[in-house]
Amino acid sequence: MRRQFGKKDVVFIGSLLLLCAIVLLLFRVAFRSEGTKIVITRDGELYGTYSLSEPRTISIRDKNGHVTNTLVIKDGKADMIHADCPDKICVHQKAVSAENETIVCLPNKIVVTVTNSNEEGMDGFAQ
Amino acid sequence: MDLHSKPFWKKTAFLGVFLALAMICSYIEMLIPFNFGIPGVKLGLTNIVVVLMLYTIGTREAIMVSVLRILLMGILFGNVMSIVYSLAGGILSFLVMAILKKTGQLGCISVSVAGGISHNIGQILAAAVVVNSFSILYYLPVLLIAGVVTGLLIGILAQELIVRLKPVLQKYK
Repeated sequence: MRRQFGKKDVVFIGSLLLLCAIVLLLFRVAFRSEGTKIVITRDGELYGTYSLSEPRTISIRDKNGHVTNTLVIKDGKADMIHADCPDKICVHQKAVSAENETIVCLPNKIVVTVTNSNEEGMDGFAQ
Repeated sequence: MDLHSKPFWKKTAFLGVFLALAMICSYIEMLIPFNFGIPGVKLGLTNIVVVLMLYTIGTREAIMVSVLRILLMGILFGNVMSIVYSLAGGILSFLVMAILKKTGQLGCISVSVAGGISHNIGQILAAAVVVNSFSILYYLPVLLIAGVVTGLLIGILAQELIVRLKPVLQKYK
């Protein structure tokens, strides 16, 4: 038998990959679940947990009590509006609201993660 | 079927060798889990044997070896559930590959890719039915892409094997 890998194969595998991409995009939209809380950690330690349903402004302080970042919760979304670091990557990031979305401020070692209060996640099936 | 004919026993032994080969592939994959970091994603080494048989020996023989391999590996190392998952993936992927091969339009790499994808689809559908929750289908897109990648790798390997082994295997068929 000769090796066979022609134009048809390229088209076939290409269209399958395209199909995968479409399914992936559809699932991104369909399975996007809104979070209910945000968890803030500073240097790996829990800084605080806040509900996304109550609008508020959170001033995140470093160990010396100096305000390094400001996070605003509004319309069920969390947005970093201020950071004292020069790069401001977390400030430029759009507001987060879907489960497992994160805002990270590397210079100040602050991680904001959106979670869902009911523990029924996908992880139970992941084993 | 003439049980006393020489070809019958010859073929039995011949297919037994393939079954052993498939089981060894399965076992190697258990020993060295080709972990891609995503649950359920496997290389599918055994599919080399299935594709090879499909192209060099025959459809009936290939499905026999495939199903027997799943049953035996399930009995030896798994449980009832692992047999159900594997059968769902194995049979679906076999049917898809056999039909695609029969059309004669595509090479064995494409056939293997289709097999890889349909294997993952079959398995996740079985899992969804077993746990009675379709939220597990969340993994489907990742598994589809994984199926293309692993199917491609296995297809390339199988093609090289088919090219080299077909003249040899023809004599024993």
